[in-house]
Amino acid sequence: MNELLDFFGTNREMIYFIVLSIFVGVEVIGGVPTVLHTPLMSGANAIHGVVVVGAIYVMLSVDPTDYLALGLGFLAVVLGTLNVVGGFVVTDRMLDMFKKK
Amino acid sequence: MNHNLLEICYLIGSVTFILGLKMMGNAKTAKKGNLIGAIGMTIAILGTILLFEGQVSSLIYALIFGGIAVGTVIGWTTAKKVQMTKMPELVSMFNGMGGACAALISLIELNHHYHTVSAESSSYGTMIAIVAGLIIGTVSFSGSIIAYLKLNGTMNKPVRLPSYNILNTVVMIAVLGFGAYFVYDGGNMTLAYLLFLAAAVYGILFTIPIGGADMPVVISLLNSFTGLAAAFGGFLYDNKVMLTGGILVGSAGTLLTLIMCKAMNRPLSNVIFGAFGGGASAAGEGAEVKGSIKDIQVSDLAVQMNYARKVVIVPGYGLAVAQAQHTIHELEMLLEERGVEVKYAIHPVAGRMPGHMNVLLAEANVSYDKLVEMDDINPEFEQTDVVLIIGANDVVNPAAKSDPSSPIYGMPILEVDKAKSVVVNKRSMNAGYAGIDNLLFYDPKCSMFFGDAKKALTSLVAELKTM
Repeated sequence: MNELLDFFGTNREMIYFIVLSIFVGVEVIGGVPTVLHTPLMSGANAIHGVVVVGAIYVMLSVDPTDYLALGLGFLAVVLGTLNVVGGFVVTDRMLDMFKKK
Repeated sequence: MNHNLLEICYLIGSVTFILGLKMMGNAKTAKKGNLIGAIGMTIAILGTILLFEGQVSSLIYALIFGGIAVGTVIGWTTAKKVQMTKMPELVSMFNGMGGACAALISLIELNHHYHTVSAESSSYGTMIAIVAGLIIGTVSFSGSIIAYLKLNGTMNKPVRLPSYNILNTVVMIAVLGFGAYFVYDGGNMTLAYLLFLAAAVYGILFTIPIGGADMPVVISLLNSFTGLAAAFGGFLYDNKVMLTGGILVGSAGTLLTLIMCKAMNRPLSNVIFGAFGGGASAAGEGAEVKGSIKDIQVSDLAVQMNYARKVVIVPGYGLAVAQAQHTIHELEMLLEERGVEVKYAIHPVAGRMPGHMNVLLAEANVSYDKLVEMDDINPEFEQTDVVLIIGANDVVNPAAKSDPSSPIYGMPILEVDKAKSVVVNKRSMNAGYAGIDNLLFYDPKCSMFFGDAKKALTSLVAELKTM
C-alpha cells in the first residue's frame, strides 16, 4: 500500500497529465457525425503511430554492438513509420472524397 | 539547450494531435486537421533524432533513417494504391504495425535491462510500463492481423473453439497473471519471449470468434489498445508527445467503440463475448417465416423506377463488394434526369465501418447532400415510391423492431417497409452477417432482384436507357 502511495507521490504530475488527457480525448470525439467515424478512426490510428518516437529513442540509446537490439529496433522503426505514413495518407485519401464538388 | 528545444517540439506535436483530431470531427476542416496532425508528427520525429544529446554511432543513424525510408515507401504506396473498399482492412493492418512497434520497444528495453542494469535498479513502475506495453502491443498486433484476414475474406467464418468464452477468459487471466509474475520476479529474456507469445495467442483467440459484421468495433477497440501501448511507452521514457498521442487515441478510440456499439444497440460485452453469428442463427430460426418471396424482372423494375416520383437507395456491404458505387451513381443521375427524386439512406452501421458507405459513394462522386442519415430519412419512407436495397440486409430487418427473440432486437433500422414498394438486390437468399432470416423479403410489398450488385445495376441502367 505504501509503495502504491509512494508511486502516486513521485509520479503525481504524470498521473494528472494522463487523467486530463483522457478527458481531452473524450471531448474531442464527442458529437462527431457518423459519416466521419471511419476517417476519424483512421486518423486516430495514424496518431498512435507516435509510438515510432519511442522506437527511435530506443535506437539512439542502443549499444551498437548489440545486434539483436539493433535488428529489433530497426524493425520497430519500420513498422512504426508504416503506421504513421500509411495512416495519414489513407486518411487523406478518405477525406478527399468528402470534398464538395 | 537541445533538451528544452525537444520538449518544445513535443509540445507542438501534442497540440497538433489534439487540434487535428478536433478538426477531423467536421467535414469542412477534416482534411486540414489530418495534415496538421501529420506536420506535428514530423516535427516530433525529426526533433527526437536531431536534438538527441549523446554519442550515437553512424551505424545507428543509418538504421534509423533507413527504417524510416523503408516504412515511408511501403506505407505511402500501399495507402495510395489500395482500393477504397479495402480501406477497413488496411486501417486494421496499420494498427497492427503500431502495436508490433510498441511490443518490440518493450522487448528491446528488457534485453537492455538484463544486459546492462542490475535488476534492482529498475523500479516496479518502469517494469510495469514495459510489460504492459509488451502485452497490449502484442494483443493489438495479433488481433489486428486476424481482423485484417477476416475483412479481406481469407478467414470469413467466425471460428469458435469449444466453450471459447471460458477459454478466452482463462487465457486472458493467465496472460495477466504471467505479466504480474514477470514484474514481481524481474523475469528474464526467455520469459519475455514466452510472454510475447502468450499475448499473441490471446490476441488471436480474442478476435477469432467475432464475426465480420462486428469487425469495425473490434478494429476501433484494438486501435485504442495500440494508443494505450504507446502511452505506456511515453510513461516509460517520460515522453510527453507519446503520452498525449497515446492517451488521446486510447480514450477517443474507446469512446468511438462505444458509439459504434450504441448504433447497433448492443453493449460492448455482447460484441466481445456474445455469440452473434452462431447462437444467433439458432435464435433466428425460432421466428416463424410466413408467405413466399417473389422475383422481379429487370424490365418491370425499370418501369417502376421510371414512373416513380421518389426513389430511396439503401446501400450495404454488397454494394462495396461488387464495386458497384459508380453504377449506382449512373442510375441515380439517369433517374434524376427524368425528374425522379433520388436519395440514399445511410444506416450508421451499413458496410464494414461507420461511414463506410459515405466514403464509397463519395468516391463515385455522389453528392454529399444526397446521403441522408437514418433518423432523417425514416420519416420520408412513407412518401417514397420505390426503395432499392443493394446488398444490405440486417439494417432493414423488421425483426429488430417486432421480434424480441431476435438477436438484433432493439437495433434501430431503416423503416423501408413504410414505402409503397421495396426491391431488394441480393446475390442469393443467404442470410446477412447476423445469420438470421429477414421477414422483409416475405412482405407482399417486397420483391427480389437477384444477382451481383454491379451486373444487376448495369442491366437496370441499360433497360432504363431504352425507355
